[in-house]
Amino acid sequence: MRRLSGTACRGLQELHGPLLVIEGISGAAYGEMVQVRDPHGELRYGRVLEVRPQAAVIEVFEGTAGLGLQDTTVQFLGTTFELGVSPEMIGRVFDGLGRPNDGLPAPPAVVWRDINGRAINPLARDYPREFIQTGISAIDGMNSLIRGQKLPIFSGAGLPHNELAAQLIRFANLPGESQRFAIVFGAMGIKHDEAALFREAFAISGLQKVAMFLNLADEPSIARIITPRVALTAAEYLAFDLGMHVLVVLTDFTAYGEAVREIATSKGEIPSRKGYPGYLYSDLASIYERAGRIEGLSGSITLVPILTMPNDDITHPIPDLTGYITEGQIVLDRNLFRKGIRPPINVLPSLSRLMKDGIGAGSTRDDHAHLANQLYAAYARAGQVERLAAIVGEEELSVVDKRYLAFGERFEREFVAQGPDEDRSITATLDLGWRMLTELPKEELTRVTEEEIKEHLP
Amino acid sequence: MWISGPVVRVTTHQPARMMEMVFVSEERLIGEIIRLRGDEAIIQVYEDTTGLEAGMPVFGTGAPLSVELGPGLVSTIYDGLQRPLAKFVERSGPWIDRGGRFPSLDPVRRWAFRPATSAGITVEGGMVLGTVQESAVITHRILVPPRVRGTLRWLAPEGEYTVAEPIASIQTASHETTVTMRHSWPVRMARPVRRRLRPSIPLLTGQRIIDALFPLAKGGTAMIPGGFGTGKTVMQHQLAKWSDADLIVYIGCGERGNEMTNVLKEFPHLEDPKSGRPLIERTILVANTSNMPVAAREASIYTGLTLAEYYRDMGLDVAVMADSTSRWAEALREISGRLEEMPAEEGFPAYLGTRLAEFYERAGRVETLNGQEGSLSIIGAVSPPGGDLSEPVTQQTRRFVRCFWALDRELASARHFPAIQPVESYSEYAQDLLNWWLDHEPEWARLREHVVDLLRRDRRLQQLVKLVGEEALPDEQKLALYAARLWREAFLQQSAFEPIDRYTTVEKQLAMMRVIDHWYERASELIKRHVPFYRLAELPVNERIMRMKLTPNEEAATILHLVQEIDTEMETLAQSLQV
Repeated sequence: MRRLSGTACRGLQELHGPLLVIEGISGAAYGEMVQVRDPHGELRYGRVLEVRPQAAVIEVFEGTAGLGLQDTTVQFLGTTFELGVSPEMIGRVFDGLGRPNDGLPAPPAVVWRDINGRAINPLARDYPREFIQTGISAIDGMNSLIRGQKLPIFSGAGLPHNELAAQLIRFANLPGESQRFAIVFGAMGIKHDEAALFREAFAISGLQKVAMFLNLADEPSIARIITPRVALTAAEYLAFDLGMHVLVVLTDFTAYGEAVREIATSKGEIPSRKGYPGYLYSDLASIYERAGRIEGLSGSITLVPILTMPNDDITHPIPDLTGYITEGQIVLDRNLFRKGIRPPINVLPSLSRLMKDGIGAGSTRDDHAHLANQLYAAYARAGQVERLAAIVGEEELSVVDKRYLAFGERFEREFVAQGPDEDRSITATLDLGWRMLTELPKEELTRVTEEEIKEHLP
Repeated sequence: MWISGPVVRVTTHQPARMMEMVFVSEERLIGEIIRLRGDEAIIQVYEDTTGLEAGMPVFGTGAPLSVELGPGLVSTIYDGLQRPLAKFVERSGPWIDRGGRFPSLDPVRRWAFRPATSAGITVEGGMVLGTVQESAVITHRILVPPRVRGTLRWLAPEGEYTVAEPIASIQTASHETTVTMRHSWPVRMARPVRRRLRPSIPLLTGQRIIDALFPLAKGGTAMIPGGFGTGKTVMQHQLAKWSDADLIVYIGCGERGNEMTNVLKEFPHLEDPKSGRPLIERTILVANTSNMPVAAREASIYTGLTLAEYYRDMGLDVAVMADSTSRWAEALREISGRLEEMPAEEGFPAYLGTRLAEFYERAGRVETLNGQEGSLSIIGAVSPPGGDLSEPVTQQTRRFVRCFWALDRELASARHFPAIQPVESYSEYAQDLLNWWLDHEPEWARLREHVVDLLRRDRRLQQLVKLVGEEALPDEQKLALYAARLWREAFLQQSAFEPIDRYTTVEKQLAMMRVIDHWYERASELIKRHVPFYRLAELPVNERIMRMKLTPNEEAATILHLVQEIDTEMETLAQSLQV
C-alpha cells in the first residue's frame, strides 16, 4: 500500500460506540489507518472497518468519548497498521498500540511490519519437537510444553494463573541459551497489580530480554484488539529475523474477546454465541497461528495465552474457540485451589497435543508416554471413585477402588502440588510419578509395559 | 464499491453470471460472484481484502470456479483454490502472500503415456484412452472428459507428454475436439456417474472400534463430532493412514497449520500396509488452515471433493477426510452475515442443511461412466461449540450421514482413545455389510453382537453402580462389568502412536474378539457354578489379555493360544474350589 499522508477530512455522519462514520470521501482502503483529531487537537488512532461508496466506517482505538460531528477531523494515512521493529525493543515498555510508555523515545525502526502478519505456509513450517523443561511436574510430566507450541492457560477469576505464568517464565529459560532467549509480554485489560507482578517476575529471573506491551484495565478497550498483534509482530521479528527463541505471554484473552464483541455489536453484526461475532474463531486463529517454527530459520515463537473463563465455564466461546485452535491447554481448577493444591492444575481436561512428538528416549525418557498415560487413566478412575464414594460412602467401595482413592489423593498432594520456587527436573518428575503408582495394585498398571514396571516401579 | 471483510459489492457494466470466477483489483485477487442484483454484483473474495479501495477494477473470467484434473495431483499439497503451496514458498518464502496465481498441474513435467485403445472407435465421456503411472501405487487412467462423445480420430502413441500436449482428437457431432491429459471441472458440480450401487463392502480401517462396532462402507459417509481435545484430528489421521482406500484426499479446512505440517512430515515415512509404499504416494492434501482467508475455506471442501471424484471415475476407492466441516459451516455463516441474510439457528444461514446434503451426497459407491466400480467415502469431523451435540452443524450433518462416531470428553480425559462413545455412536452400515462378513469371516457378526449387547448392559449397570456401589451387585453383574471393561481396555482402546497397536488387521481383530468372548463365556459358566467373582478377576491370564494388543499383526495366530490358557486356568480354579 502507498505510504503518504492524506489531507484531513471533515464530514462525520455518525458516532456510535467505538465507531465513526465519515461521508464525502473517496479512496479509503479496507483496513487503512486513520488519525482522528479531536476538538482539543489531541490525536487518536483508528482503522477502516468497512468501505462504502464515498464513505467509510472507522473503529477508533481510544474510543469516541469527547468527539463531535462538527469539530473532529479524520486523516487517512494511506497505510495499514504497521509497527516499526528493531532489536532495541527488548528491555522496553510500550502501550497497547506499540508506542513507548516508559518515557523514552521510540526505538528507531529497522523495518516496518504490518501488524496483521501473514499466514505461515504449512509447507514451510517445521514441526515442533523440542521439549522445554518448565520445572512444573503437572506440565512437564503430563502436558509437556514444546518449543514453538501455542499452549494456553485456562483459568478463572481469583485463580493463580499469573503466578503459574511467572513460574513458567522463570524456569523456561534454557541454560546456555539465554543469549538467544527473549520474552514478549502483551497485556490486554489486566489490572495494574498484575502487571506489577509480571515485572517483578521478570526482574527476579534476571531476564533482561523482555519487551512489554501493556493495555491495562482502565485504558481504552478497543486498543486491546491491536495489542496481541503488535506484540506478535515484535516477536516475529525477534524470532524469524534475529533467530531468537521467543516466549510470548498474552493475557487476558477474555478481555480481548470482549473488545471484539463490542465492535461487532456496535456495527450491528449478526451475533453467533453469547453475542460474539461468527468470525471470532478466525480472528483468534489469526493471532494464535502466528506461533511456531519455520524450516530453515533458527528462531521460534512459543505462545502462552492466558484467559479467565467467565464463571469457570470451559464451554464459554473464548476458551472453547481457543481450545479448538491452540495445541492443548493447561486448565486451572477451583476445587483443587480450595483444597490448597498449588499450582491448581487439573490434568484431566489439560492437554498438550505436541507432547507425543517431543518426549521419549533422546529427549525426556523412554517410559514418559506410557507413564503419563497410566497416571491419566488412574487419576480419571480415582475421580470416578471419589464421586461414587460421595454417594455410597467410602466403606462400600471395593478394595481396589479404595486404593484408587488413596492414589488420587497422593497424586494431587505430591505430584501436582509444588512450591513456587521448586524446580523439578524431568527425571525427578517421572520418578515421582512412578512413586505415585505404588499406591495401586500392579495388575491395574495396564498402560505401562512389564519391562517398564521392572525398571522403574520402586 | 462496498468492502466488508471478504465480501465486496461492485457495479458491473458487463454481463456477469452467478458463481462466475472473477479477479478483483490490479492484484488479481480471486473471487466468485455470489449475488447479482440490477447492475450490482456481490463477490466473495478468496484472499485478504485489506488495502482494497473503492473504484478498483474487477475482471470477469466467464467461467465458474474450477479445478484442473490430470496427472500430478497425487502427493501434492494445495490450498483451498488448488494452488500448490510449494509455489508460494518459491514466490514469497515461508509466508503466504496474496494474489498468487500458479498452474495447479506442472505444465512442463512429462508423463509416460500408454494408450489403451486405438483410433477409429466411438468414444464417450469416461472411457479410458490410456494410462500414466502417476506414483508407484496410482495408475492414472486418462479418461475422455465427461459429456464428450464422438469418434476417436487420433490417439497419441506411447511416449512422454506434458499435461498440455494433445494426446487424442475426437470428432464430435459439431466439431473436432483436442484432448489433453488435463481438463478442468467446476468444483461445485458433482461429476456424473452411470449409476449408484449399494454400499456393501467395508472400508477397513485397522481401527478396532470402527471395524468391529461402527463400520464404514466404501462409498459411505461418517461424521466425527467432538469437543476440542477429544481426538477428532488424530482419528482423521488414523483413517487417512490405515484405511484400505486406494487414494486419500485430506482436506484441512480451517484447522491448525502444524497438523498439516505433521501429515507432510509423517506420510512420506509411513508405509501403506496394503502396498508397502510410502503413504504420501496415495495422498492428496488440501490445506486451508485457520489463519488463511475464510472464503477459501468454503471453497476448499469442494476443491477436495472434485479431486476425489476424478479418481473415483478411474475406478478407484477414494476416501475424503474433511477436518473440520464446522469451520466450513462457519465460513458460510460469516459470508451470510456480511450479506445481511436473515439467520436461522445460531446465526447460521437457513440453507446450511441443503449445503451439507449436497456435500455428503457426493459420496457413494458407483458404476462409473466406463462401467467400472469406484467409490467415494466421506468422513467429516465436526467441532461442536462447547462439545454440545445439539448445535446446528452437528444436528444438520446427522441427517445426511450414516455413521455417527461421537467422541466423549470423559473418555478423552482418561486418555482412553479412540474416545468414541460406544453406546451413543452408531453405524447404519452394520446391516449392509453383514453379507460381506458372512462371506469372509462368518464368525464376525456373532462376536460383534456379543460385544454390542454387553456394552449396552454395562451402560445400564453403570447407572446402578452410581447409586449403590459395585460391591452391592451380585457376582453375575460384577462379571458383566468386568467383561465390559476387558472389551473396552483390551480391545476398543487403541493407541494411535504405538507402532504395533496403531493398525490391526482383520485377522488380529478377530483373534482378540474370540479371546475376550471366550473368557466371558467360560467365566459366566463358572459364576453359575458359584465360583466367586473375585477369583475370576484375579486370574493371571487376564493381564495377558489386556496386553494382547501388543502382539504384532503377523503373529496374530499366537493370540489364540490364550483360549487354551483361559480354559486351563479356569479349569484349575474350578477344581481347586471343587465346584
